[in-house]
Amino acid sequence: MADQVDVRVDASHSTDNETHTLAPVTRSPLQLAWRRFRGSSLGMTGAVILVLLYLMAILAPFLAPYNITTQHSRFVHHPPQPIRVLHEGGLMRPFVYPMTQERDPVTFQRIYVADTTSPEPLRWFVRGEPYNVLGLTSTWHLFGVEEGFVFPLGTDRFGRDLLSRMLVGSQVSLSVGFVGIIISFSIGIFVGGVSGYYGGLVDTLLQRLIEVMLSFPRLPILLALASIIPARWPSTWVYVAIVAVLSIIGWASIARVVRGQVLAAREVDYVQAARAMGLRNNRIILRHILPNLTSYLLVAASIALPGYILGESALSFLGLGIKEPMTSWGLLLKDAQSFEALRLYPWLLSPGVLIVVSVLAFNFVGDALRDAADVQTR
Amino acid sequence: MSGGSLIVYIIRRILLMIPTLVIVSALCFVVIQLQPGSFTDRYLEDPRMSPETVARLERQLGLDRPAWEQYSRWLWGIVRHGDFGFSFFANRPVSGLIGEQLMWTIIISALTMVTSWLLAVPLGIITAVKRNGFTDAVASILGYIGLAVPNFLVALLLVALVLALGGRQVGGLFSPEYIGQPWTWGKFLSFLNHMWIPILAIGTSGVAVIMRQMRANLLDVLHADYVRTARAKGLRERIVINRHAVRNAINPLISIAGLSLPELINGTIIVSIVLNLPAIGRLLYDSLLAQDQYVAMTLLLLTSLLLMVGNLLADVTLAWVDPRIRYG
Repeated sequence: MADQVDVRVDASHSTDNETHTLAPVTRSPLQLAWRRFRGSSLGMTGAVILVLLYLMAILAPFLAPYNITTQHSRFVHHPPQPIRVLHEGGLMRPFVYPMTQERDPVTFQRIYVADTTSPEPLRWFVRGEPYNVLGLTSTWHLFGVEEGFVFPLGTDRFGRDLLSRMLVGSQVSLSVGFVGIIISFSIGIFVGGVSGYYGGLVDTLLQRLIEVMLSFPRLPILLALASIIPARWPSTWVYVAIVAVLSIIGWASIARVVRGQVLAAREVDYVQAARAMGLRNNRIILRHILPNLTSYLLVAASIALPGYILGESALSFLGLGIKEPMTSWGLLLKDAQSFEALRLYPWLLSPGVLIVVSVLAFNFVGDALRDAADVQTR
Repeated sequence: MSGGSLIVYIIRRILLMIPTLVIVSALCFVVIQLQPGSFTDRYLEDPRMSPETVARLERQLGLDRPAWEQYSRWLWGIVRHGDFGFSFFANRPVSGLIGEQLMWTIIISALTMVTSWLLAVPLGIITAVKRNGFTDAVASILGYIGLAVPNFLVALLLVALVLALGGRQVGGLFSPEYIGQPWTWGKFLSFLNHMWIPILAIGTSGVAVIMRQMRANLLDVLHADYVRTARAKGLRERIVINRHAVRNAINPLISIAGLSLPELINGTIIVSIVLNLPAIGRLLYDSLLAQDQYVAMTLLLLTSLLLMVGNLLADVTLAWVDPRIRYG
């Protein structure tokens, strides 16, 4: 749609056969790209989902009914409690049936039985465990019950609420991508810029290095690098280390492309002019060449980002990533690794939904951005 | 291109691989050396082992020597005798340990590749020919989802599904009664019965990529002049599509095959860990955790080699299929 409008404006200028003259509308490439992006329904859907996901991550402790480390020892492997509105044939406000633990008389398995006589209504804004959001300490939680407990998605093997852990885990899973991209792009832009701009021996050596980096299969080397992280490190350090490991793998492909672009840009007239005027090299790279690559880099970043989310989840899933007491979606899925758990506690798979949704949203946005910015990638 | 120059090209590529592999092996060694502690640390806490015994063990395994010496001995052993070192943990030579596992890795990867191509190419053709139809919409949604689901999650979901339906045929390569038995029809069926989960899990993202690429390629080609010519001279639509359009649209896919190899190897490794398959995934994971350095290094080296050979094969196939491609 946006394109058609612009085309008509152009046409009226060139042919002059319109009765009224349209004011010449000039739009910056950014505005044009934004219009094209808005025209893509998948891209907009993805963007909205991403905004919601990141809001969710920021407000997670408030949205979560419980703290992620609170162990409800009487409710180990508690199944998800469906939220109901029908009680004894009558409609009432959303509630859950409290569940009590019993032993199966034959197999002695632990089973949970819903007590259908005493529905426990869900309330908005319930006082609960204290938490910290954006520097504010509070005890208000978005929802909860006044008596007993509510576990909408069940609990894990320590009786910790899975929904709360998923919500708070999104802080790790969603931030890994951004931080990782910033680091790997910085390395990639630096190496690619140097390699492409200076050429010669530096270029040859860096190209070899990039080739070697790209000839590693990603996962084995990720595993090897992650196994370097000392086991006794606190979980925040481990988080930083995991991001670093992911970035070490990610920079090579960016460097290769930036090199190509810089190589092409080096011959452009204004860069030659800048050089003739005696500007310093790093100034030419930073002020004259890089700004022309912004749209390209933005698109490449949005396409590369899901890879970091998937990489973190794979590492954590294999036990070489994020460490307790922090949590992430991949680490939560680790609990569902055994066939035993998959058979008896299938609700432990629910964090997978968030991985899929977030990667899907990033892919939508990435594709739409690529079409909007009209740059060739991959 | 003539056969001779292709052979020269292949030889040159193989020769170029050697320095890359040496650098790769050195980097792997550095990474492994950076791991905190060493293999023998576990024995220090063992009351049955005196510090002297541990020191002797260290000497036996060559761990007391400087790192560069360990590395050069290992590399020299590979070049000289094809000896990939010794597994401390399994107490046997690495080459004996990984032979079968490597074979299964290649078999599983190859099966996955063939299956995903057999699925994805026809899907790509159908969605391109019936563009904007119902199939196209469903396939493109599935394609997006296929790219977004991590392969280990596909494996977990399929296992959970099979278990929920009361099935027991998950994990491993065969049912227990066939393990160690010679190949029979029954064993083969059991193999297929166990294989479909890993193949689907590893192949999902590949199917999505190939399908989208095939669709895009075919859409480009369908507007080409020679397709119009073919239609204009009254050829049946099926022949126009299959002989003229698809034949040209499929070439770029071969380089996609090369590019999708890393994903295939990654998938095989992680899925084999989840599903207890005897592929190199479990071995790599265990050797990294146990600091069984020569096993880990050999596996890292071999996966890179696998990748390079795969890429070379893709390039050679492309040159063979598409006579227009020339190598300088």
